[in-house]
Amino acid sequence: MSLLRAESLSRRFGGLLAVDGASLEVPEGGLIGLIGPNGAGKTTLFALVSGFLAPSGGRVHFLGEDVTREPPHRRAALGMARTFQIVQPFAGLSVRENILVGAYLRHPGREEAVRVAEAVATEVGLGPMLDQQASALTVAGRKRLELARALATEPKLLLLDEVLAGLNPSEVRDIIPVIRAIRDRGVSILMIEHVMQAVMNLCDHVHVLASGRMIASGPPREVTADPRVIEAYLGHGAAARIAAQGAEGGAHA
Amino acid sequence: MAEAVANGLLAGAAYALVALGLTLVYGVLHIVNFAHGALLTLAMFAAWGLHAAFGLDPYLAILPMAAGFMALGYGLQRWVIGPASHGDDGNTLLVTLGLSIVIENALLALFRSDTRTLGADSGFDVVELGPMLLSRPRLIGFGVSLLAAALLWAVLSATDTGKAIRAVAKEKLGAQLCGIDPRHVYAVTFGLGCACLAVAACLLLPTFYVNPRVGNAFVLVAFTIVVLGGMGSIPGALVGGLFVGVVESLGGLLLGESLGQLGIFVIFILVLLLRPTGLFGARA
Amino acid sequence: MSARDLWPGLALLALIALMPFVASNTVLNFLLSALIVALAAQGWNILGGYAGQLSFGHAAFFGMGAYATAILQIRYGVNAWAGLAAGIALGAVVGWVIGALSFRARLRGSYFALVTLAFAEVLRILANAADFTGGAAGLLIRLSPGVENLQFPSRAVFLWLVAGTVAAVLLLTAWIARGRFGARLVAVRENEDAARALGVDVLAVKLRAIALSGAVTAAAGCLYAQNFLYLDASIAYGTWISVEVLIACVLGGAGTVLGPVLGALALHGVGEVAKIVLGQVAGPVPGVDLVVFGALLVVGIAFLPRGVMGGLRRLVQRFPR
Repeated sequence: MSLLRAESLSRRFGGLLAVDGASLEVPEGGLIGLIGPNGAGKTTLFALVSGFLAPSGGRVHFLGEDVTREPPHRRAALGMARTFQIVQPFAGLSVRENILVGAYLRHPGREEAVRVAEAVATEVGLGPMLDQQASALTVAGRKRLELARALATEPKLLLLDEVLAGLNPSEVRDIIPVIRAIRDRGVSILMIEHVMQAVMNLCDHVHVLASGRMIASGPPREVTADPRVIEAYLGHGAAARIAAQGAEGGAHA
Repeated sequence: MAEAVANGLLAGAAYALVALGLTLVYGVLHIVNFAHGALLTLAMFAAWGLHAAFGLDPYLAILPMAAGFMALGYGLQRWVIGPASHGDDGNTLLVTLGLSIVIENALLALFRSDTRTLGADSGFDVVELGPMLLSRPRLIGFGVSLLAAALLWAVLSATDTGKAIRAVAKEKLGAQLCGIDPRHVYAVTFGLGCACLAVAACLLLPTFYVNPRVGNAFVLVAFTIVVLGGMGSIPGALVGGLFVGVVESLGGLLLGESLGQLGIFVIFILVLLLRPTGLFGARA
Repeated sequence: MSARDLWPGLALLALIALMPFVASNTVLNFLLSALIVALAAQGWNILGGYAGQLSFGHAAFFGMGAYATAILQIRYGVNAWAGLAAGIALGAVVGWVIGALSFRARLRGSYFALVTLAFAEVLRILANAADFTGGAAGLLIRLSPGVENLQFPSRAVFLWLVAGTVAAVLLLTAWIARGRFGARLVAVRENEDAARALGVDVLAVKLRAIALSGAVTAAAGCLYAQNFLYLDASIAYGTWISVEVLIACVLGGAGTVLGPVLGALALHGVGEVAKIVLGQVAGPVPGVDLVVFGALLVVGIAFLPRGVMGGLRRLVQRFPR
């Protein structure tokens, strides 16, 4: 059964159709990627799915329920958690207090919530930094904090908006197993990502958004070979040129 | 009725000038200057003082007053409000609140709560205009207000300083990269806002009174105008000012004086609550 | 962190409660006024300090409590204690209504500050004009000492009552700060979008905060009315109380358990000293304490960004145990 189903979502900003009839599904236990060139509308689509923006058209179903009109906090309570591309820490609070806000969603009592928060912090590698101010964290630390807060709400579906952006290669390498482990303990994930190494490595299915429209979807290797996808990234005619180069290279070998 | 409308327009011009200073500061510094009313009170006391001490006619005081308040505003923003706020909007609000408390109560301590006027009867001069009798000082005020607004417009659109102000208002970081010092531009803008108040004070004095709380009434009117006309919009402040002047004049005619005071607060609340979120809902 | 603030606070209040055995009536009067302001400031702190919604119009709640207590007794012969309870409840209701109107209209920051100020001013003008509230002449509560009338023959008992109330709110604040509601208040203050994403119903949190805040500040208004047995519109709904509670919190440390109490006691003390000092030079001068308050606000924000409590905390951290 699909956990999340977005049906032909659209969002108009004045004259600009930022998302244009985009649909996608996340199956239970899936780790789905959402890729596309800059300005394709990925973050807008995330905002529609998580309820931060109201769609101009289309519907969102979560756990078989129509949540199109539900505010973000209700969706979070149902089990949908998101991170922000531009990190949004509670800057004046410690790492522990930040994660605690998420943990309180399912655990009204302080002791239990603190226990959950500390467990999540350890899981994402923030264990030693629990008492630091969130504003004092490095970029990588803040990305982990975003992840930890979302996880602390004990979601069924995790929406990750570029959690790897701005990290150096070794930091990326460190966090990939963390994401895989989260999926392996039963949390479904939909991730926007530009770091293709991670997408190829992690995702079992990828959707490609370009100019607000879904132009392709399928397993990562298939999708990255799709001429339409290559053209969306590299411009008109690029696919043909690459294919020609590939054929030449093959002939020489 | 026509006379009430005309009188409202004339009064509205002074409101517009007060609102102009407020909206300019908001548009560039993105702060609500809570001390605006107190600074207007201060300007009115200064104009009154110049008249009482040296017999200086308020209309002749316009230029020196504007220059003086420009300098005062520059100094306040550059060396008090700016540094004390540490770049945080909430702090700026509190700092300007603090300033307004200091100014208002210092005036109260010095001059007590007595109400003063110029005492000259020129305040009652009237001009016959067709079927209407219009107050001469208000007519002068109307003309000078429009002139001052036009002058401000010219400064903003034509001079280098004006361009720097608009650049900082639009994109602070970008302006900074072009070698503009935003602290200087902020201070100049705040100074211009205060100069508007000084001009307004000189124009209001002949027909109005002065006491340590006189600015409060004006500032709420000015806030209403600025919210109505769009925060940061100069034409909005002008049109809004004239509009509120007319509404108040008609309201006074129909409802009487005591409820008029209440009316302005109620209108203010309604404007804030009912205003479509477009203008300030995004990130206030 | 909250528990560490709690004990010094309770100790301070206990010390104040002992003052009637040693201090003069002047000192007791000062302490009474200061504690009433402290209580009102504790109310402001819940909304302004913890939830980060700066109100410039807490006089609305203070006045509501004061007038409710007075009018219920004078016009309807209601018992003073019941009047106190009604005043507190009314404070909560008015808070909820103002909150529902302004938070639904998505007012925040400067706009919220301005609209709260306008609400307080509307109430002041109405109370000053209506016969029901005694108009400009104000209201006098009949002097009839007796525990059942919430009037006591000695200042000491009233001081104990007020100090007890402040202590109760101190405990309440510490309890809130430690728990889920407190965490959500602070989350709303720091970043509304992030809070929303973590399942926090931002509007509901703000409404609970302003209702609670209104109730506490209204309690201060009720006690003020019972202490002085007189009020008019410019006392009950005057900007002085809005300003004093705000500055007390900001100087003492907004969003800390003990900040408002320390801030109010210090501020009130400074104000009295200023009045006395200047009074000896120039006779009684109106507004001089407020000049000092305003200046302190500017200086405090410039040099003590997190209030006295924040400053103390930084000092403690500098000398690790």
